[in-house]
Amino acid sequence: MAEETHARAARAPSRPRGPPLLAGVLLGVGAVAFVDEAVFHQILHWHHFYDRASTAAGLVSDGLFHAFSWFATVAGLYLMARTWRERAFDARRFWAGLLVGVGGFQLYDGIVNHKILRLHQIRYGVDILPYDLVWNIVAVLVLAAGIALWAVGRRRPRRSGAG
Amino acid sequence: MHHPPTGPGWADVVITLLLAVALAGYTVGLLRLWRRGVPWPVGRFLSWVMGVAAVGAALVGPAADAAHHDFAAHMAAHVLLGMLGPLLLVLAAPATLALRALPTRAARPLGRLLGSTPMGVLAHPVTAAVLNVGGLWLLYRSDLYALTLVHPGAHLLVHFHVLAAGYLFSYAIVGPDPAPHRPGPPTRAVVLVLAVAAHNVLAKTVYAFPPTGVPVDQAREGGLVMYYAGAPVEIALIVVLCHRWLGPAARSRAAGRVMARG
Repeated sequence: MAEETHARAARAPSRPRGPPLLAGVLLGVGAVAFVDEAVFHQILHWHHFYDRASTAAGLVSDGLFHAFSWFATVAGLYLMARTWRERAFDARRFWAGLLVGVGGFQLYDGIVNHKILRLHQIRYGVDILPYDLVWNIVAVLVLAAGIALWAVGRRRPRRSGAG
Repeated sequence: MHHPPTGPGWADVVITLLLAVALAGYTVGLLRLWRRGVPWPVGRFLSWVMGVAAVGAALVGPAADAAHHDFAAHMAAHVLLGMLGPLLLVLAAPATLALRALPTRAARPLGRLLGSTPMGVLAHPVTAAVLNVGGLWLLYRSDLYALTLVHPGAHLLVHFHVLAAGYLFSYAIVGPDPAPHRPGPPTRAVVLVLAVAAHNVLAKTVYAFPPTGVPVDQAREGGLVMYYAGAPVEIALIVVLCHRWLGPAARSRAAGRVMARG
């Protein structure tokens, strides 16, 4: 009993570094996939279930992306719940992670899936260039904001969690 | 041919009997525990009942009949038989129940079987995933599916494989039943994500390139059913895995005991 208490106390200070950031990244990835499915597939019908132009590699990439995004959403929620439970929640690190996850995955989708693997395009029957530019510039801005938010706090001494 | 072709009437009777035996066996085990005052969660019993119902709906009755003629209905039955049903059955922890309810003489060989090396190889997440999703790739991307439409024996065998492989996979990934050789949660998470991806990709190829003998419109509907009806079960698997891995109980298990906090 005494040993366990001691072990918990010794472990506690090092724990807050990982989970809030990782929880944010995972939930960011999940959020992008959710917006992709809900808004672009189901509401706008810009994206299609299957695109004849898509390559085998594109299908595999898309399958992996969706499978991982479901896992990321669930694991991200569990990690966030854990950081709350252990009072290690750090809002800045969480939001930094979320923005990195959203921006990073949107950029991946916009460059690798849409352009390199030609999985599908953002929209059909229109001049695609403005859509691609908006999509990827937004992605880069969100990603940069996430990295900036993460870097700013690293220079300042961290406030410890809500303890 | 080793055995005469089985008529659908016969198969239906045998399957219904087997399902009844599964239900009765679990109930008897449960009653034995309760008579001895050993607790057993009611939720697990309900999970078993619903699992048997899901498997039954896929194999006999009106939905199963529709599945013979319509590929989309076939896919719905596939989700019940190979995904939802097995997950519910696995969550009912039948092996744990048997280990506790059976007399020691009978329980010991079962425990040895679960802990044996061959079982460890068979129930490794990678083996289970290959048997499960790999079997489906073989079914829909070769002429096997067309064969099942004309050959009742092949049809029955495929049904058995889909159920058994689905059960093995759920057990390997999340099963509450003991598996001494089961790798840790990170490995299982990777295998699960890859298996879900392979299932998603297969659903899209079924949509785009109909299996032999399936009309184009039915293949499209079937691919959508496979993808969107399979998703909730896949997400349920992810939730159960993450709950055991990252949930509150995992923490207290790691700490050795639950610490009551004010």
